[in-house]
Amino acid sequence: MTTDILNTREAKSIFGFWIYIMSDALLFGSIFATYAVLHNNVFGGPSASDIFSMPFVLAETLILLASSFTYGLASLYAHHHNEKDKVVLWLVVTFLLGATFIGMELSEFAKLFQGGSSWQVSGFLSGFFTLVGTHGLHVTAGLIWMGSLLAQVLRHGLTVRTIGKISNLGIFWHFLDIVWIFIFTFVYLMGAI
Amino acid sequence: MFGNLTLSALPHEPITVGAGIFMAVAGATIISLLFYFKRWKWLWTEWLTSLDHKKIGVMYIILALVMLLRGFSDAIMMRLQQALSVGDAFGYLPPEHYDQIFTAHGVIMIFFVAMPLMFGLINLAVPLQIGARDVAFPFLNSLSLWFTVVGAVLVNLSLVLGEFAATGWLAYPPLSGILYSPGVGVDYYIWALQIAGAGSLLSGINFFVTILMMRCPGMTLMRMPVFVWTVFASMTLVIISFPILTATLGMLSLDRLLGMHFFTSDFGGNAMMYVNLIWAWGHPEVYILVLPAFGIFSEVVSAFSHKKLFGYTTMIWATIAITFLSFVVWVHHFFTMGAGANVNAFFGIMTMIIAIPTGVKVFNWLFTMFRGRIVFASPMLWTIGFIFTFTIGGMSGVLLAVPGADFQLHNSLFLIAHFHNVIIGGVVFGYFAGLTYWFPKIFGFKLNERLGKAVFWHWIVGFFVAFVPLYILGLMGMTRRLSHIDGSLGWQTLLYVAGIGVVIIGIGVALQILQLIISIRDRRSNMDTTGDPWDGRTLEWSTSSPPPFYNFAVIPTVHGRHPFWDMKHGDSAKAETPHYEDIHMPKNTAMGLYIALSAFLFGFGLVWHIWWLAIAGAVSVVSLVIIRSFNYDTEYVVGADEIAKIEVKTAQRKLQLL
Repeated sequence: MTTDILNTREAKSIFGFWIYIMSDALLFGSIFATYAVLHNNVFGGPSASDIFSMPFVLAETLILLASSFTYGLASLYAHHHNEKDKVVLWLVVTFLLGATFIGMELSEFAKLFQGGSSWQVSGFLSGFFTLVGTHGLHVTAGLIWMGSLLAQVLRHGLTVRTIGKISNLGIFWHFLDIVWIFIFTFVYLMGAI
Repeated sequence: MFGNLTLSALPHEPITVGAGIFMAVAGATIISLLFYFKRWKWLWTEWLTSLDHKKIGVMYIILALVMLLRGFSDAIMMRLQQALSVGDAFGYLPPEHYDQIFTAHGVIMIFFVAMPLMFGLINLAVPLQIGARDVAFPFLNSLSLWFTVVGAVLVNLSLVLGEFAATGWLAYPPLSGILYSPGVGVDYYIWALQIAGAGSLLSGINFFVTILMMRCPGMTLMRMPVFVWTVFASMTLVIISFPILTATLGMLSLDRLLGMHFFTSDFGGNAMMYVNLIWAWGHPEVYILVLPAFGIFSEVVSAFSHKKLFGYTTMIWATIAITFLSFVVWVHHFFTMGAGANVNAFFGIMTMIIAIPTGVKVFNWLFTMFRGRIVFASPMLWTIGFIFTFTIGGMSGVLLAVPGADFQLHNSLFLIAHFHNVIIGGVVFGYFAGLTYWFPKIFGFKLNERLGKAVFWHWIVGFFVAFVPLYILGLMGMTRRLSHIDGSLGWQTLLYVAGIGVVIIGIGVALQILQLIISIRDRRSNMDTTGDPWDGRTLEWSTSSPPPFYNFAVIPTVHGRHPFWDMKHGDSAKAETPHYEDIHMPKNTAMGLYIALSAFLFGFGLVWHIWWLAIAGAVSVVSLVIIRSFNYDTEYVVGADEIAKIEVKTAQRKLQLL
């Protein structure tokens, strides 16, 4: 009986979170659409091909993809093996990779800023900073969530509830990876051409 | 320390000073009454911290009705100004104040009257109609309510601290950009809508999941009441469209706060992108509001014609068709942008196609009434008034959908008359019908019928007297949002007539307040002892009025589209003693209130550039969410024996009242 209630509650929470992710996808969709409209409006400032350093962005991308993989390992250990220590280990690794990604993004922003390419220069740069920055904010939120989830796993162990939360954060984290692939393709790769 | 907030932000004009004093006096009266009757604890534990969907629904409706008075005062002031400000006379409002009033009127009526009224009715009816004990996420439900309240508070605060946007209700840039609106008005607008919008999105997800995952056994999708279906469609639209609003207002605020160039006229910004985005949200928003009203009419027309609804399946498919089409018509709001003949033709045709599923619905309602034993109670009057009024509004809409005609009528009073025709005739009439219809279920007594009918007649007559002149003025070439009119144009008489219409509606609103007071006074003679005052068909009427906090002692099992009708008339009427089980219910919590309060500080800080306050508010929101996520003890158990006791007590009270 009790597990029944817990299961339906976790099922509702995971389904609800999927629906939230759909709405978040539309938030990104709106910003992508705006970027698509504005990306040539450089107003005499730098264009995309002038400012991006592709090796740096590729490194960022690989780190974020790796963090999705390590998160997947944590999920597997939580769902199928119930090994708390391994879950904690891989969550910590994911956290570090995510934090590295955010650090690199901030340093890229700082470099652009120092080079005179701030978001005030043109519609293109406003769109760029907002699109990439919104993704970065999401990753930061994911990191805060991961920290809080780590504490809960350490406190309660792997229960139906904490495993449910690991599933939800997993949806979020992999979703951000997919969004990044779109950013990498449409903003960086196509911009560099 | 206080950013841009100085003493000069306090009101100077007599009208705003008066409004501020009125709000302060009203607030002080309520607070002292609470002290006098020692009701603080009751208010806190029974209402503010409650996660019961019925109480949250009631609080939404109270918010909506209070804001209706505010939005309606704005309407009166606009009509008065236009009637007075002609030729050499300039009325009583300076233009910048008049501009704030028409902006506030639109924002308040859509976001803080129609939306909370809708979410209120959904909260009251949907869980009961699907045989559930609560919504999927009770805590999020409370959070949504308080986010909406905070948005409303920000809008009202702008009256006494600073100013409100003077841009029109959708705040088109570049006018709403920092260059042309350097004050705090647009910032109030942005943050009120962002916070309330977050609440709406969470509610959308909440009811979407509730409807899909919490229906009682046997209630398949095609057995759901029509109201549940229309809410489901409406919540789908909320989930898809509100993120667009969030993104759009977010970019507008980045333009204003950080000097970005999304929608500016120079540096490569594109103001038309804003108009596209805001209407990609704004058009679905219209259907978000009207679809649940269609659902209410379907319930009401069936109950008061004593027939089952004609064409249930076509009703559902028409709803789904409208849901889809609402996303491919947004350009009809700005045919004059110059997107080209082909683009305009596409969006014009799509717009006209919406008239087909809507027509299907109208005929279904008419055929439901056909050969029915119609009772002309006030919910039914609202419904018949709706069919008549909305059809006229729909026809002027199809006319506006012709791009060539729209070039003439764009931004004229013809447009104003059209959308008030469908919003008042559709949304407002629908929600008032729903309010009268479900009132006895929630409070246990009916509203006064005689006054209810008087309210209806004042609203419908007042509506036509107020808005038919606007149709004519629009055809004569009068554009919207004018604060002064040239005397030689001959528009004055019609504006006087429109003013009389608003007075008639005003009497209707006053009668509504009177109706509430009289109904509460005479509640003993209007008691609903059966739980089924209208001879209903759906599950909400199968439980007592008001329902116990757990709604259903035993979760019902459904075998058709009219489960309660079958219970009443079928031969399966079993007299066996019900078998109760333990129930899990959510514990009350003030966390939603605290989080929303922090969001308020965040928004207020950003409006006035009080950065420390904005940061503190944001940190507080995040911390409170984390603290809440650490709380695993959010439910309590109601024992089977306790439920048995409550059920016996309800049955006894029923006998006494009989």
